[in-house]
Amino acid sequence: MTVSFNGKKPSRRAVLKGALAAGGAVAGATMARAASPDPLITETQPWAQGLGEGVDATPYGLPIRFESDVVRRNVEWLTADTISSINFTPIHALDGTITPQGCGFERHHSGAIELRKEDYRLMINGLVDTPLVFTYADLERFPRVNKVHFCECAANTGMEWAGAQLNGAQFTHGMIHNMEYSGVPLGTLLREAGVKPEGKWVYVEGADASSNGRSIPLEKAMDDVLVAFKANGEALRKEHGYPVRLVVPGWEGNMWVKWLRRIEITDAAVESREETSKYTDTLADGTSRKWTWVMDAKSVVTSPSPQSPITHGHGPLVITGLAWSGHGKIARVDVTVDGGKTWKQARLAADPQDKAVTRFYLDHVWQGEEMLLQSRAMDETGYVQPTKDALREVRGENSIYHNNCIQTWWVKSDGEAENVEIS
Amino acid sequence: MSKSLKLYGSVSVAAAVMLTGAYNFADRNVTPIPETAKTLAPAEGNIDSMLIAAAQASDADADGKFGLGRPALPEEVAAWDVNVMPDGRGLPEGSGDVRTGEELFVENCAVCHGDFAEGVGNWPSLAGGEGTLADEDPVKTVGSYWPYLSTAWDYVHRSMPYGNAQTLNPDEVYAIVAYILYSNYIVEDDFVLSNENFLDVEMPNADGFIVDDRPETEYGRFSKEPCVENCKDEVEITMRAAVLDVTPEEDTAGAEDAAAEQPAQTQSDDTASDEQATADEDAGDDAAPAQEAALDPELVATGEKVFRQCKACHMVGEGAQNRVGPALNGVVGAQMAAVEGFRYSSTLEKMGEEGQVWDEEALAAFLASPRDYVKGTKMGFSGLRKDEDIAAVTEYLKSFSQ
Repeated sequence: MTVSFNGKKPSRRAVLKGALAAGGAVAGATMARAASPDPLITETQPWAQGLGEGVDATPYGLPIRFESDVVRRNVEWLTADTISSINFTPIHALDGTITPQGCGFERHHSGAIELRKEDYRLMINGLVDTPLVFTYADLERFPRVNKVHFCECAANTGMEWAGAQLNGAQFTHGMIHNMEYSGVPLGTLLREAGVKPEGKWVYVEGADASSNGRSIPLEKAMDDVLVAFKANGEALRKEHGYPVRLVVPGWEGNMWVKWLRRIEITDAAVESREETSKYTDTLADGTSRKWTWVMDAKSVVTSPSPQSPITHGHGPLVITGLAWSGHGKIARVDVTVDGGKTWKQARLAADPQDKAVTRFYLDHVWQGEEMLLQSRAMDETGYVQPTKDALREVRGENSIYHNNCIQTWWVKSDGEAENVEIS
Repeated sequence: MSKSLKLYGSVSVAAAVMLTGAYNFADRNVTPIPETAKTLAPAEGNIDSMLIAAAQASDADADGKFGLGRPALPEEVAAWDVNVMPDGRGLPEGSGDVRTGEELFVENCAVCHGDFAEGVGNWPSLAGGEGTLADEDPVKTVGSYWPYLSTAWDYVHRSMPYGNAQTLNPDEVYAIVAYILYSNYIVEDDFVLSNENFLDVEMPNADGFIVDDRPETEYGRFSKEPCVENCKDEVEITMRAAVLDVTPEEDTAGAEDAAAEQPAQTQSDDTASDEQATADEDAGDDAAPAQEAALDPELVATGEKVFRQCKACHMVGEGAQNRVGPALNGVVGAQMAAVEGFRYSSTLEKMGEEGQVWDEEALAAFLASPRDYVKGTKMGFSGLRKDEDIAAVTEYLKSFSQ
């Protein structure tokens, strides 16, 4: 397939980067044949001779230094400073479904604060029989559950509404992480305080200066919301709300209040800053949707992608990506390599879990042809991830939030990939 | 719909019925499960909640409680429960006028939001944008977008000024909000905002919002069986990210490049804490003739990391300009409040006029507790807690001696 493009040509910087990478690519359609013996095999290597580090070298291990490029990154021009800002999970370089805490994206409104367990207090007040205060130690004594859920910022892919803009899955889709949480169902704590019949909403706020208050309908609060204190088996990281955060499965990340300090039962939504001036979605006619909580089904090919080009020769190629839905389980993921003319059903790596990320693979044989790669997720409600044009038709280009459109990567014959939009 | 989809659908419906039933049973003494919950896909989380609810019903007290936590005292609730509802509930008594608000705004808010609430750089503009919401680039401000005045009052009171939250008293908040309204031409310059007339203020975009209508407008449209073969004849690229070229530079650096650079970096990370102690002592010894002393590169490197906390407001190095805070080139040893074009607090201005100098001692005292050292400073930062961080960041600043 040959792809044509009649628009503006890429900038010089982008061309240079592309050329550089292309020079390094290896071409070869058949199994490589060694011309001479490989010294890595025939010569004794230092690591096979000397000794490695002792068990006291790294009391808490970090990724080996060769993986130092697999880190969160931010986009400087997006926000006024780096404190009320966001960074992105390196999804292009990860596999499986669990996001290591150390590279799970961060979004703060007044910076990541340091709050000791000893100084932690959680208050439940408002329309309850008994307003209560819990210490961290109190929370540890309630029956506990373990759940895996994705947390996606409502603004994920928000920079792509008007066109293909950021060149990398990390930047277009990296405002997501997927972790296993241990915590107490919020309903358990609410029952402890006793919700009065006139209570209809739960207002949750954090201990940081932004407070980031959000209103959640009581039914959701009683359904599957968790007050979590562990992620992936260990304490939450500071940047994810240590010692306690809210987990609101399937709903936009802004509601997952970090450093959770207060839960108020109210009879109406508070209409805080984060649910009026922000996290509301403006349509083409200027009216705005509010209370757009659920994250609709979405997927993205994480490799190959602009930050994860094909660096091997022709032949077997693993195409992989992530799919998720705030409405429940992923039912099916389709992948196209020809820009949507034909679609193949991808292989799901494991049984999809409720409101959690699912990994998919398409085991492809690549002969160096240009590809227009897309993935399309379907969830158990029958919802099919829409194209960007279909979304724009309903919403226009100024929604900022909830862009769950199908993403296109143009993979060129040298293996490099670029974020594009197609007809 | 495919077979597998149907299968999932029927399982989930069955589960929903069963779980909802159990949930209602366990929960009937607290609150009925609202209708809308049934539209959500059933979560396995429900099963856990239900088991726990069942445990509460049997194992816990007769009233289904674990008896953990303690009653919140009224003073505690009053201290934390400060949010304001759209109907004005939660507003404390008080009032403030536009003119007072302007003074407070210039003093506390203008560094980011501009003297006229128009916004500086990427910081939010709070005024203007009227009638732009349907434009290509809508300008969303308190005047053009915010539906409720309670939100503005609440946010200013609870979270502003940025870096110095919860320092404004209710009258000051009323005054600042009055000024923001004035900046948006919503009130006149003699207006006084109070808890009494709060609800009389009409917000221009109050009717500009609808509740999420995706279930009606999108879910049907996006739930059709998708095409898998011969879906289109031609495909053309219509837009390329490389044309825009706004992706951060580092991102395409190969793993090998980054790994090659890494050893040195790891080295400095590992040794940073050890070095800090010795460097700290050194700094103490030659504090007086700081200017010409050779800089400790390790300490400078540590200081660079500490400086990340300052970067939001301060620039330093080549081309540094005043931002929220003044540019810091040559600040160590310089006269206070001496950077041209920066509007300092009156206290700091006075200290400069008296000839006070940012020597290391003064800098250390200021950085440890800015508001104690310079009463009324505009610097929102609450201070560096560790002496070694102060020493490091000072060393770092010394490396930009101009």
